[in-house]
Amino acid sequence: MKKFLAIVFVLALGGLILKHLNENALFQGFGDAILEDRVSNAYIDRDVNGEQGEVIFGESSNLESGAANTVTAIVADYRSFDTLGEVTVLFVSSLGVALLLGHSKRRIGLEFKPNFMLKIGSRALFAIILMTGVYVVIHGHLTPGGGFPGGVMIASSMLLLYLADDEFRAKMRGFKVLESAMGVLYIALGLVGLFISGVFLENFLDNGTIGSLFSAGMIPLVYTIIGLKVGSEISSVIDHFLSEEGV
Amino acid sequence: MLINVLEAVVSVLLIVLAFLALSSKSLIKSVMYLSGLSMLSVLAFVLMKAPDVALTEAVIGSGLVTSLFVFTLLATRKVGQKQ
Repeated sequence: MKKFLAIVFVLALGGLILKHLNENALFQGFGDAILEDRVSNAYIDRDVNGEQGEVIFGESSNLESGAANTVTAIVADYRSFDTLGEVTVLFVSSLGVALLLGHSKRRIGLEFKPNFMLKIGSRALFAIILMTGVYVVIHGHLTPGGGFPGGVMIASSMLLLYLADDEFRAKMRGFKVLESAMGVLYIALGLVGLFISGVFLENFLDNGTIGSLFSAGMIPLVYTIIGLKVGSEISSVIDHFLSEEGV
Repeated sequence: MLINVLEAVVSVLLIVLAFLALSSKSLIKSVMYLSGLSMLSVLAFVLMKAPDVALTEAVIGSGLVTSLFVFTLLATRKVGQKQ
């Protein structure tokens, strides 16, 4: 009876949402919206100031924002300050975990003993996942992904090592130093932009040709910093989760 | 046409998996259903042309969160169970 009531309630709620979406004038049907009037179109054309022509992949150079991936162009260039806020949110949550669980020393023991195959196999997988993470971080301005997913991939390769070996503990001190250094570097990059161009986190490097690996000025730098910072933060959160109190 | 059919199948499967994850009695089965839900939502995001979100969902939803849940379930014991 309870399940039946839940299904009826969910269906009614879904029907209500669909009905009001169909009647709402703000949500036009597919193809009805005039894209030239939308703000997003200016970002896709890299033409917020109205100075550029059409963007051609592999040919256009020195655009407003040199990233081939539009999401990256917005996240790490137009709205880099928001990304600084996101990094701060992650830092604060990692700090909270460290405050609550930081004094636990011993690793949580698992119910099972990892066998030989699991140990060797996950070491091989560790390298592959780590390299994929680094690739995603470095190619953040060209392909989908970037600092946040790449950093989490690096951290999940650490998690695999924890799963494979029940004696394994990462040296957390190095991760903490790396994380703090990367946070400081991000702010320092922003301040350099402030001194050179007069705007905090302004892209002050040459944008290059869209689509090549060394392009988009500051964006690869910013994404490398974010990737290392997120990777070390999540790794230390995982280490704290997998430790328990006691000697 | 094929894409439309695929989208419909994926959306129905998403709802079914979400329901199974909620109603399953065993915790580890629930986590597995949740992982499957994440994998299918990756497909749904790719179909909706959002590869960035799909990549993040694949890494966090079906990778990190699932393994953390499994780890937690391995590390906890039922009340009264011997060490």
